[in-house]
Amino acid sequence: MRHVHTLIQGVILGVLTSGVFALMASGQTLIFGIMKVVNLAQGAMVILGAYLSYQLFTSFGLDPFLAIPVTTVIMFVLGVAVQWLFLRPLRKDDRSELSLLITFAVALLIEGVMSITWHTTSRSINTGYANSSWSLFGYQITLVRLWAFLLSLAVLGLLYLLLNHTRFGRAVRATVQNPESAKLLGIEADRVSALGFGLGAATAAAAGSVYGLLYPFNPGSHYDLISKLLSIVILGGLGSVGGAVLGALIASTSSAVVAATVSPAWSEMTFFVILIAILLVRPQGIFGTTVRSA
Amino acid sequence: MNRLRAAGPVAFFATLASLPSFNLAHWSINLLIFTLMFAVMSSSWNLVGGFAGYPSLGHAAFFGIGAYAEAIWFSHHSVSSGYEPFLMLPAIGLLAALIGLPIGAVAMRTRADVFAIVTITLLFVVQMFAFNLHSITGGAQGLSIAPAPFPAATYERPFYYVLVGLLALAMAITFAVMRSKVGLSLAALRGDEDKARGIGIRVTGVKLLAFTVSVGLTAMVGAVWAYYEGFIYPQFAVDPLITIAMVLMTFLGGRATLWGPVLGAFILESAQQYLAYRLGGSQVYLIAYALVFLLIMLLLPRGILPTVQDRIRRRRRRQAVDSGSPTRTQPANAAATAGGGQA
Repeated sequence: MRHVHTLIQGVILGVLTSGVFALMASGQTLIFGIMKVVNLAQGAMVILGAYLSYQLFTSFGLDPFLAIPVTTVIMFVLGVAVQWLFLRPLRKDDRSELSLLITFAVALLIEGVMSITWHTTSRSINTGYANSSWSLFGYQITLVRLWAFLLSLAVLGLLYLLLNHTRFGRAVRATVQNPESAKLLGIEADRVSALGFGLGAATAAAAGSVYGLLYPFNPGSHYDLISKLLSIVILGGLGSVGGAVLGALIASTSSAVVAATVSPAWSEMTFFVILIAILLVRPQGIFGTTVRSA
Repeated sequence: MNRLRAAGPVAFFATLASLPSFNLAHWSINLLIFTLMFAVMSSSWNLVGGFAGYPSLGHAAFFGIGAYAEAIWFSHHSVSSGYEPFLMLPAIGLLAALIGLPIGAVAMRTRADVFAIVTITLLFVVQMFAFNLHSITGGAQGLSIAPAPFPAATYERPFYYVLVGLLALAMAITFAVMRSKVGLSLAALRGDEDKARGIGIRVTGVKLLAFTVSVGLTAMVGAVWAYYEGFIYPQFAVDPLITIAMVLMTFLGGRATLWGPVLGAFILESAQQYLAYRLGGSQVYLIAYALVFLLIMLLLPRGILPTVQDRIRRRRRRQAVDSGSPTRTQPANAAATAGGGQA
């Protein structure tokens, strides 16, 4: 009976945590869908978002949840700038290879800037409600995790509306489906790419504010994050936002279950085991379309 | 012509071999050792990332495997003459190649971006093993190897010569690849893997061969590094920055060329050491490194050697046209493409 209890507690924790990962991963997969760029700086952008919201909290006492509108706007601008400065100049034939390296360099740049601004010690955002929790049928539900989950769902909902019910969203979806035809229909690829990268960065910022509440972070945390994010987006299928959400749910829940039943030290391994399994069985991911030509 | 071609490498390796006899200061031979390490690693990365066109971001995992294999072996066996750890190198290279075989077989089912992602996660998996398997790897405390009993004045020399040997090996392998059917197959699959498979090239075998040889060489450098440093920690033995250095050096010098990765290593490693020295290893160094990185990618996406060669070739053609003589047609067969970047 105790085992079942630990297991269910693990599932609850995993599901609640999946929201924030879904948010990060949806930004990553969106960027890939639009530009065919794997953004290795997504993790660094999340951590930068966490630091921005930490700064707003310590300097102005602004609650991280309320800080989200501010941080997303800042990171949106940053994302557009990164796309405009570093990714737009790349030639088409070697874009996917070079963009990997460029976004890695951007990640290092962000890491360096964060280390100078906030030093390398671990930070965490301690709000008054960070440790309060409810007890439901004997299961602990941490309040902050519940809020984080609901908030992530809300942001994902907004993203869904943006993609499915606006002109910009239509342009994005057209570009994801067929860049050539989209261009022929008069969609400006550069503009969609810039806005899309900005949007990806903005979701990273929102996720960062939430992440900062849940976990301590330091400038080097992004390595850990990016490896998890990449596993999630491949699991879901690169370019599919729905896949990213489902991938986050699967990966985060199984990792939390492993942490609860086996050992926290091996919980991260779950992400990679899932990754290897999916590559062996279905390399294009759950919602991925057929393998793209190399 | 062939004799002239051979003169370059002979002069290069003769210079390298004679350098220590100039009684260089410890810091400069230390710099050379690190440069050589990266020259070997970029050359071996080039086999996969350059010739096969599979941008691996996980090579540091094999560097770490080599380093740990060396350290684990010598925490159970004693070092007496100081040369035993070097004698272990072939075994370590073989071990890493064996580990790399199934990994490559799974990872190379994917292409380009996804391959890069899979290999970068591999890096974190190996790092996690290094942290978590306390009883074998010592966890976060790391492992140490007894220092070699070499005389202090010439302590670095054995390491230096071993690395020169490894560089010669890596470059000889690269040269052999460029001159052989393997090189042609790699060039074909880099261009279009499905078509290459269609015309009967054994794609899987060839790319796995490139991958295993490449990671074996990388692991051998890792082993030398562990012995040279004397102690290893998970975050330094399996460091994403090591992967990135290999990639960046190869890109700077020129992918799929013989000398490109070596040139890239000599330029970037000295620049890196200089920046680290001037900026005191602080975080400013990280920013400077990232900026250099971005500039190279944006200004020289094809690398130094291909760009220079292109320019020379174009000038020659123009001169030929100006002097009114008929232009010599470029040999457009596949051998020229495979060996396209000989410099």
